[in-house]
Amino acid sequence: MVFKQAKWDEPLIYELGCEGRIGFLVPEVEEDIRREVGEIQIPDKIRRENPPELPELSEVEVVRHFIRLSQMTYGVDNGPIPLGSCTMKYNPKISESIASDPRITLLHPLQDEDTVQGLLEIMYLLQKWLANIVGMDVCTLHPAAGAHSELAGVLIIRKYHELKGQLNRKKEIIVPDSAHGTNPASAAMAGFRVVTVRSAPDGNIDIEAVKAVVSDRTAGLMLTNPNTLGLFEENIVELAEIIHEVDGLLYYDGANLNGIMGYTRPGDMGFDIAHINIHKTFGSPHGGGGPGAGPLCVKERIVDPERNIKLSDLLPGPIVKYDNVRKKYYLKKPGKYSIGWLKSFFANTIPLIKAFIYIACLGPQGLKEVTEQAVINTNYFIKKLKDTKGYSLPYDPERYRKHEVVFSAKPMTQDVGVTAEDVCKGLLDAGFYAPTMYFPLIVQEALMIEFTDTETKENIDKYAERMKEIAKIAYENPEEAKKWPRNTVVTRVDLVKANHPKTVTPSWRVLKLRKEGKIK
Amino acid sequence: MSLVVHPWLPNSPKKIKEDMLKTIGVKEVSELFSDIPEKVRFKGEWDKLEIGFGRPLSELEIQRIIDDILSKNKVFKKPPVFLGAGVWPHYVPEVVKYIMSRAEFCTTYTPYQAEISQGLLQALFEYQSMIADLLEMEVVNASMYDWASAVAEAFLMALRVNKGKNRILIPSTMNPMHLEVVKTYTMPRGVVIEKVKYDSVTGLIDLEDLKEKVAKGNVAAVYIENPSFLGFIEENARDVGEIAHDGKALFIMGVDPISLGILKPPGALGADIAVGEGQPLGLGLNYGGPYLGIFAVKWDMKLIRQMPGRLIGLTTTVDGKDRAFTMILQTREQHIRREKATSNICTNEALCALGAAVYLALMGKHGLKKLGELILYRTNYAIKKMNTITGVKAPIFKSLHFKEFTVNFDKTNMPYTKIHKELLKKGIHGGLYLREFFPEFGETALYCVTELHTKDDIDLLIKSLKEIVEGWSR
Ligand SMILES: Cc1ncc(COP(=O)(O)O)c(C=O)c1O
Repeated sequence: MVFKQAKWDEPLIYELGCEGRIGFLVPEVEEDIRREVGEIQIPDKIRRENPPELPELSEVEVVRHFIRLSQMTYGVDNGPIPLGSCTMKYNPKISESIASDPRITLLHPLQDEDTVQGLLEIMYLLQKWLANIVGMDVCTLHPAAGAHSELAGVLIIRKYHELKGQLNRKKEIIVPDSAHGTNPASAAMAGFRVVTVRSAPDGNIDIEAVKAVVSDRTAGLMLTNPNTLGLFEENIVELAEIIHEVDGLLYYDGANLNGIMGYTRPGDMGFDIAHINIHKTFGSPHGGGGPGAGPLCVKERIVDPERNIKLSDLLPGPIVKYDNVRKKYYLKKPGKYSIGWLKSFFANTIPLIKAFIYIACLGPQGLKEVTEQAVINTNYFIKKLKDTKGYSLPYDPERYRKHEVVFSAKPMTQDVGVTAEDVCKGLLDAGFYAPTMYFPLIVQEALMIEFTDTETKENIDKYAERMKEIAKIAYENPEEAKKWPRNTVVTRVDLVKANHPKTVTPSWRVLKLRKEGKIK
Repeated sequence: MSLVVHPWLPNSPKKIKEDMLKTIGVKEVSELFSDIPEKVRFKGEWDKLEIGFGRPLSELEIQRIIDDILSKNKVFKKPPVFLGAGVWPHYVPEVVKYIMSRAEFCTTYTPYQAEISQGLLQALFEYQSMIADLLEMEVVNASMYDWASAVAEAFLMALRVNKGKNRILIPSTMNPMHLEVVKTYTMPRGVVIEKVKYDSVTGLIDLEDLKEKVAKGNVAAVYIENPSFLGFIEENARDVGEIAHDGKALFIMGVDPISLGILKPPGALGADIAVGEGQPLGLGLNYGGPYLGIFAVKWDMKLIRQMPGRLIGLTTTVDGKDRAFTMILQTREQHIRREKATSNICTNEALCALGAAVYLALMGKHGLKKLGELILYRTNYAIKKMNTITGVKAPIFKSLHFKEFTVNFDKTNMPYTKIHKELLKKGIHGGLYLREFFPEFGETALYCVTELHTKDDIDLLIKSLKEIVEGWSR
């Protein structure tokens, strides 16, 4: 059987509809109100003269248009999305249903605390559960995503050194070369110089290289463990010592938490600060790019004994607390040592509700099982694919991986010119989403694969079979591989045209203005 | 080996698990974790930690638990909360909810593989396009976290574009919650954020003070909001832009998109960057999020290259036969540029952007104007009625207001906190007490009226307030 993605010849929404149609009936201003206030004149200089150039569609046309677009999209509910580092697990439907309860969706974030006690209770429990899962003392749910939390984390590192009067020295953050792009980007946003450290052949961070760059200037280290190769950093104890030795802080990028639950925790490993990607480990859907949520947790480390400042005092945003006397939950606003606010309001509540349900439905036993499943799936897949001509497994192929594995298509590329990208397109053609490609940067022709805990053995088998088949075709008929994909909505997309300054088209408006010769 | 068979874990039955372990060549799953150093292993009793309710719960069990907990919340439906201040009670059309819950959109991720993600890419391109037309700006990214983080990123961007300049001018009435976020984001940058005075009668930004401040030089950007945080329409927006440009500063405008059916868009007012909160476009209140940070720039490659966030572009297939969409200009982003990226943002609010696209498609060319007028009239009706209450004055500034307005209770001799509690007893949630942010305004609260507040709702609010404050003074 062949996979064929649904393909509608669906125009842009601007090309649909007809003048005069409406998709929503806006109520009329009440006559009594009009009479009471009279005609309101908006000053000419601020009144919109021309209506926005939006299309005019009836309700049914809007629905059909977007339903067709949805059918030309591939989600976890369609099949496996083993995008490494993204933890694309199944998103439980019970969570979707509960999170759409009006007793949640109709709550205003500035509503009186007395009227949101139920919501705060859920968030209070979630803070505690997450703290236990990562082995930290205090969590804030405030940041909107992993990267948002990273920014908060490095700002905390900055504040820590500022409060200790050593910020003038503490100017560098160490990041391994295998790190996700958000790590160095976040460190730079917080004003740090990023010092990149290479990985050793065994896939661990090169401890000698770390020693060579650690100094008085080291403000902290950002690390994800298991790392982006799916390998557990075995030197973590020594690393923590080295960084703490110079009074640096250890930041844990929680993107890979799915690989260790129940076995070890960032807190056990010596990390001081850790973020959690709710949309990865805790099953809230990725929404085509977002929303997610990125709680941030810290150890209750003393920053300044004299002023009694603890690391948790630096956390951003409000934290849910319980007042034993008043028997009420409340939001504790960031205090004077906090790095402040990262978004206007409390947190991305909806994904957090989903995480609450996810954790409740699995319990501690289930979460440990989640990790075991994720790790078994990875190593099972490795066994199936390893030693296939065309692929290699860089960085100690004998070591067990955790939640993900990074294969390389370099042998195939060198031998017959078929690249990791071609392999990906060949997977799409079989009805699978592709792995994350060309990341981490330390692996050439990288294919980063993470099935997560929710993929069936049958699909993992099929995925491996398809990758083997692709390799076989690559060697027999490399030209064929360049023609993939054929079964998706479109064939290969022209990226040069997409990005060239003369043709780049980020909106319908640009297309129109260019046609009219109004922009170059 | 733990023995949890769970519906979300297809390989959890013992037999499958054993088969897979056998293929791997290990007896126990724990062998796969043997490289975790003894010293860092979790040694306590995992199952006894307070994680969830101590055991896996079935769907029907959690439903019951949640239902009990949620019954402790008070939902304001009739009337809805009169509370805005950055996000507002607006109607969420059923079609928006319906499309946002489509599994293909909801359960996919950033469209890294364009060929199989065309539907999502097209939808996001349409979001960018419709917001672009609403703003009359050419380039819109596929979302930031919210308005506050968008304005903070806009300031960082202005500092990159105008390298060497370190002053940013803002109105004194700027949304104080946004300002907090701006402070967090710009903390490491050594930026001086300066407040421009407002006209004491109209509340509008004081153009003379602005000119003076710009003339001192070193200004990277001038920012205003329209409508302002306090709800008045900043009618001199264009003049502000001209003054900014005279000083070679970028002009950044923050807008509420729901106002743009009736108010001039930032593009027509000379803005270089526009930001805003997309929450009114069918996204709901959600007690803090997710929301939708709007971020747009005008057509200028110098600006576009400094933009944060993801961008979707229209192109064709390599063979030129089909129209196609893909992510574009990615060399600005963290996954390519790392520490030199324009921002660290990765996961964004794409599903909210999709929802906003559906909303705008429903509203079409004329819907937002009608909606804007409805809100405008109701707001001004509420203002007028407020002034019939003894000791109450609304608004504190003499300007045209949209959706939000200040209400001053000084002359009632009643602390606003008390009024608020009394309203709650009547099942009404009043506006935001402003003392924490603007102590100079006295006993003032910020009220919000939208299409959800009918005349009856407003009348009920007025009647209740009357009873409360007039009863008190007696
Ligand atoms: C290893 C790693 N770190 C950090 C992040 C950033 O998290 P987010 O996308 O939630 O901002 C990601 C996400 O893709 C990741 O894979």
